[in-house]
Amino acid sequence: MVDDNTLLERRNVVKKIVDHRGNAKIITGLGSPTYDVFDAGDSHSNFYLWGGMGGTAMIGLGLAMSIPDTPVIVITGDGEQLMGLGSLASIGVQKPNNLAIVVLDNGHFGETGMQKSHTSYGINLCKIAEASKFEFFFDVVSNNDLENLIEILPPVKGPIFANIKIKSQNPPRKLPILDGVELKNRFRKNLGVEPL
Amino acid sequence: MKVDDIQNNWEEKLFSLLLDHKIDFLPYVPDAGHAKLIALAEKNKLLKPVVLTSEEEGVAFASGSWLGNKKSVLLMQSSGVGNCINMLSILSKCNFPFVTLITMRGEFGEFNSWQIPMGQATKKTLEAMGIIVHRATHPSDVCPLVDAALYGAFSSDQQIAILLSQRLIGKKKW
Repeated sequence: MVDDNTLLERRNVVKKIVDHRGNAKIITGLGSPTYDVFDAGDSHSNFYLWGGMGGTAMIGLGLAMSIPDTPVIVITGDGEQLMGLGSLASIGVQKPNNLAIVVLDNGHFGETGMQKSHTSYGINLCKIAEASKFEFFFDVVSNNDLENLIEILPPVKGPIFANIKIKSQNPPRKLPILDGVELKNRFRKNLGVEPL
Repeated sequence: MKVDDIQNNWEEKLFSLLLDHKIDFLPYVPDAGHAKLIALAEKNKLLKPVVLTSEEEGVAFASGSWLGNKKSVLLMQSSGVGNCINMLSILSKCNFPFVTLITMRGEFGEFNSWQIPMGQATKKTLEAMGIIVHRATHPSDVCPLVDAALYGAFSSDQQIAILLSQRLIGKKKW
């Protein structure tokens, strides 16, 4: 049984990853990962999801294959990734070297009342990523592990899968804009594409 | 062009049309009706097929590729539409351009009655989620409809489904 008190704190973890993003594009899964990344620093290179649960990793794959010279980091939660388990297999087929999937795993559905998720019952996302032919796959349970992850971000020799065990806590919500069209247009404009 | 050519070659014509529109990716869950198109894409370096475990992955993939300024067309059969429902919400919320080519089951000459419920609900389901739906019943319908859909989607952020009817595809032989 994991001792919750020794686990990493989500906002610290995300801040560290965002600080080391380099030129990476970041896609966030709905719920807390969206708030965490926004809190760490807004950027037009961020695309925040407010819905489409289970789709974050596939948006990351579509983006990574479209801009193969630019790194892409997906930051999502355990519940969101569990809903899109098949996408790990689809990523494993394509194997884009510029894609990293980072799961913030608190073992719970944090937005809906902290019900336990499958990872609390021992389901191992990292092993699923390994079986799905990810180039790098590891659990992050300590600051030392986090340093090791930071070393290979932004991703250039991926695909990378990192499952970061974090405390189950709900820090104050920090909400980016809800307007999906604006989020899309500013992201594309940042790539040099004018809105239609 | 002779009528016979259109009857026999609509898949090749459709493939050329996708190339003309500079489509980059063909995310798909296969169907016998799409087999020729997928096989043509596999032989071609310009249009990359991307195999999915479930159809909603393709909706997310297409959205991600547009964020990177590339174009996807999702291939699936009618039963896959049910798997997509909630993911389709990101298309309308973000106005992502979207084109899907859907081979129909559960209608003309269907032997497997388990295909009927989703086949009969396909159009209603798509429309309920804000997707424009067109249907091709004759081989000569396919290219004009797809051409217009690709133009509408990628020049003005529309979301369009083309249903390729079971009569067009040919009923599955049991």
